[in-house]
Amino acid sequence: MAKISMTVNGKAVSGEVEGRTLLSAFLRDDQGLTGTHIGCDTSQCGACNVHVNGVNVKSCTMLAAEADGAEVTTIEGMSNADGSLSVVQQAFQDYHGLQCGFCTPGMVMTAAALLKENPKPTEAEVRAYLEGNICRCTGYHNIVKAIMAASGQDVMPVAAE
Amino acid sequence: MYNFEFSKPSTVADAVAALASEDAQALGGGQTLLPTMKQRLAQPETLVSLTGIDELKGVCQGDNGAVVVGGATTHATVAADAAALYPALAALASHIGDPQVRNRGTIGGSLANNDPAACYPAAALGSGATITTNKRDIAADDYFQGMFTTALEEGEIITSVSFPVPEAANYQKFVQPASRFAMVGIFVAKYSDGVRVAVTGASEDGVYRWSEAEAALSSNFSASALSDLSVSSDGMITDLHATAAYRAHLVKVMTGRAVAAAS
Repeated sequence: MAKISMTVNGKAVSGEVEGRTLLSAFLRDDQGLTGTHIGCDTSQCGACNVHVNGVNVKSCTMLAAEADGAEVTTIEGMSNADGSLSVVQQAFQDYHGLQCGFCTPGMVMTAAALLKENPKPTEAEVRAYLEGNICRCTGYHNIVKAIMAASGQDVMPVAAE
Repeated sequence: MYNFEFSKPSTVADAVAALASEDAQALGGGQTLLPTMKQRLAQPETLVSLTGIDELKGVCQGDNGAVVVGGATTHATVAADAAALYPALAALASHIGDPQVRNRGTIGGSLANNDPAACYPAAALGSGATITTNKRDIAADDYFQGMFTTALEEGEIITSVSFPVPEAANYQKFVQPASRFAMVGIFVAKYSDGVRVAVTGASEDGVYRWSEAEAALSSNFSASALSDLSVSSDGMITDLHATAAYRAHLVKVMTGRAVAAAS
């Protein structure tokens, strides 16, 4: 067991972890931040996405010990300081960018990472950036609309495929 | 996953020392190794993270004009920082896996693993890169020795990879749609002394050079130069995604596309 410390959503936290403890497990089991979802646990679905030092990563595929000393942001840290929904979160609500909602935390984290890198993405860029996030309700059209809306751009009608 | 001791040294020398212990393994971004360990297909006693070693990170231009990428540099960093120096390399890096994988996965990890469907081996072999370790320089032609097999010795760490910059180059990947690995990937690079063509994703022996295409393209760098060539399906991978014959067909098609798109 090793002691690790990090800043999670602006708050200093620490804990004892095994070498094999994943960041996702540390956040959920030690910190009680269960908004970070574990969908596949095989690095494919992106439901566990969190930002580590500002970079979007799959927390099920990063050791907790690797985040020692890091600044971590989870879905619980995405709302505004007064508790209201952030622009991205509000857009997901407004455009119903979810069906069952299981993938939503990861989708929001990825959408925020995209808009930080590329504030006015095209629809194609949004879809390409979502490659690492899987929605098994296949609700992608509304997720894409929500992200376009969060970027302040017109939301074009999306043809059903 | 089975438990292990974790260490995160801050210098190459400390990492080399830590890797000397029994059943120790280097950890790059962990985008392959951690899933492999979860499936209990690997169970090192010690994992030595290379992500805390600043001297292994970054992209720069060497004295000879080559682009030098530190072994622990992520795909996302190569995609951004090599874009002006070696656009085809940056473009390749920008299509590995997905954005989250590119934020963690490293060039050294990819080359050390030498997955037969990985992208970076094609760039390294296609560019005639030099793989530098804590011990020596290894030419790409000597480095890749078959599926998941390289010239690396136990405990040897890739510290940097030096890519000579070609006059024109392009990478074409026919993606396996679930994994984004290359079902077939072709890296074509035109140098003043000839053309190199590296094929990934296709062969049971891992990445290789298509020498007939190199000869044809060296005298005429156009897709039409390939028209008389044929690719044998002997030794090509067959799996549920594609047969050997289909992969052999793709090798020629994707090489033509890479030549047409090379800039």
